[in-house]
Amino acid sequence: MMAGLGPSVLGLDPLYDGGVGLAEVLITLLKVGVAFALLLVAVMLMIWFERKVIGDMQNRIGPNLAGPFGIFQTLADGIKLFFKEDLIPEQSDRFVFKLAPYLSLVPAFLVFAVVPVGGDFSGGNGRVTLFGHETFLQVSDPPVGILLVLAMSSVAVYGVMLAGWSSGSKYPLLASVRASAQMVSYEAALGLSLAAVLLKSGSLSTHTIVSEQSVWNWNLWVTWVVPMVIFLIAATAELNRPPFDLVEAEQELVGGFHTEYSSIRFALFYLAEFMNTITMSAIVVTLFLGGPNGPDFTTVGWLSGVLWFFAKLMLFLFAFVWLRATLPRFRYDQLMDLGWKLLIPLSLGWLLVLASYDVAGDRGWNRGVAVIVMLAIMAALAGMLVLALRAARHRRELDPQGGFA
Amino acid sequence: METAVFIVCAAIVLAGALGVVLARNPVHAALSLVGTLFGMAVLFLNLEAHFLAAVQIIVYAGAIVVLFLFVIMLLGVDRLEDLSVEPITGQRVLAAIVGLGTFGLAVAFLVTSDIGLPGQEALTGPITDQYQYSNLRQIADVLFTKYVYAFEATAALLTISVVGAVVMSRRIARADQAQEAPESQEAAGDD
Repeated sequence: MMAGLGPSVLGLDPLYDGGVGLAEVLITLLKVGVAFALLLVAVMLMIWFERKVIGDMQNRIGPNLAGPFGIFQTLADGIKLFFKEDLIPEQSDRFVFKLAPYLSLVPAFLVFAVVPVGGDFSGGNGRVTLFGHETFLQVSDPPVGILLVLAMSSVAVYGVMLAGWSSGSKYPLLASVRASAQMVSYEAALGLSLAAVLLKSGSLSTHTIVSEQSVWNWNLWVTWVVPMVIFLIAATAELNRPPFDLVEAEQELVGGFHTEYSSIRFALFYLAEFMNTITMSAIVVTLFLGGPNGPDFTTVGWLSGVLWFFAKLMLFLFAFVWLRATLPRFRYDQLMDLGWKLLIPLSLGWLLVLASYDVAGDRGWNRGVAVIVMLAIMAALAGMLVLALRAARHRRELDPQGGFA
Repeated sequence: METAVFIVCAAIVLAGALGVVLARNPVHAALSLVGTLFGMAVLFLNLEAHFLAAVQIIVYAGAIVVLFLFVIMLLGVDRLEDLSVEPITGQRVLAAIVGLGTFGLAVAFLVTSDIGLPGQEALTGPITDQYQYSNLRQIADVLFTKYVYAFEATAALLTISVVGAVVMSRRIARADQAQEAPESQEAAGDD
């Protein structure tokens, strides 16, 4: 059955090593179902968590009526949204208007498929036994692995962009033009900081990336911290979360790209936004913090990995809420300056420094000297870049009409 | 199984291609193009070229068509065009003749030729003799050894085109401002 599918289509999971039968199909379906349900529940809790934490940080109570600690508030909001009138603006492009929310939501789900949420990586090679079959605790482990994350985040641009355009109204259109420029710009920084991880792991597969970081050998220090900082900033911009939420700047753009949306379609955007926050945090944990890696402190083999993963995940989810509660929004020119003039050159330079360290090791040179020489070259290049920027600014001030300011 | 995947994807690719040509709204045409690109990505997967499939989506669907849409939105050409007027007389007849002629030549070549299609070897066979390595490594191996000059030349070409675009847009901005200098000075004062 399905013998025509090679490992390149099914992924590198040991589940499919002995061919694909009914049991394998059922286990895969189970994993998909569990991941789907887990994400939906996580989004529900995340929205509640965010409102509650922001409430605390702003010295107010936050939701507290629906259920214990207001934990069912999101559920109540969801039901309310479901029964609201579904408005489609007269000027809108009806087909694209209906399509856009799904283009936001589906990529958010798919990214989670490549995240290893558990497994014993200290000695067990990350394999767990489900109903007598060895497998990984992730929905799929495709050979392109982490590239799927980049591909899906580039598809997610369409959701925002088309939602704004198809609304047939000027504020959503402005927001979507902003959003697409922002997301495309920061995707470059995201990809370049990710390249540092790939350079050290030597594989695109998320499972291999995690097992390379076994127990304490996390990419956070293997790549010397900087790529993770860049990745986090670029991911926050990619998620359109504060302080990079220019896409839905209320003071300027009403509600941003989803101004014209109501009822269940608005709920889908909202769901996608929070789901992206969760999946992107999971990706950061996978790439830089060793995913489910950590010392085993339980008696059940697979439990420790899952607990470590969720503990690390919570750290980033809290950090995202924290950022929202404390930082003011960037101006658009500041956003573009940060992305193009700082993050992209820095991540590219850092990649070369890491590469010089590896090359020096391969050739038997002194690694410290190689890195110092490389850093000196990078500093010289950065100095030239700064001088060029300063000269350009000076010329603009002398002749404000020349070129575009 | 592979044949079934091929048939479904080929249908999607062709439907998307027809959509690009026939859609009256430029945004719908661009979306059809995305459909075509996704179909081709799955076709690449079917040929076990998973890296190419990922790149197809990241680069083409994720960057290039987004740029198309960006330009369409910024220039505001997303209105229905009046197609009853022919910009150049006889253009449509000529386009039909040349298109059909090219298609006929391609079919004639396919039917009569006994050698394989150019590129067929590259698509179905491994590109190096190092079968044991992953797709990505095979591509990297040939890209940075055998084709390194072509690779660098492409990079230089892209850089030159970016610099060229910036330089040309600067000149146009200056020419515009020379004509409406008093107005733009007022506008600069508002900043």
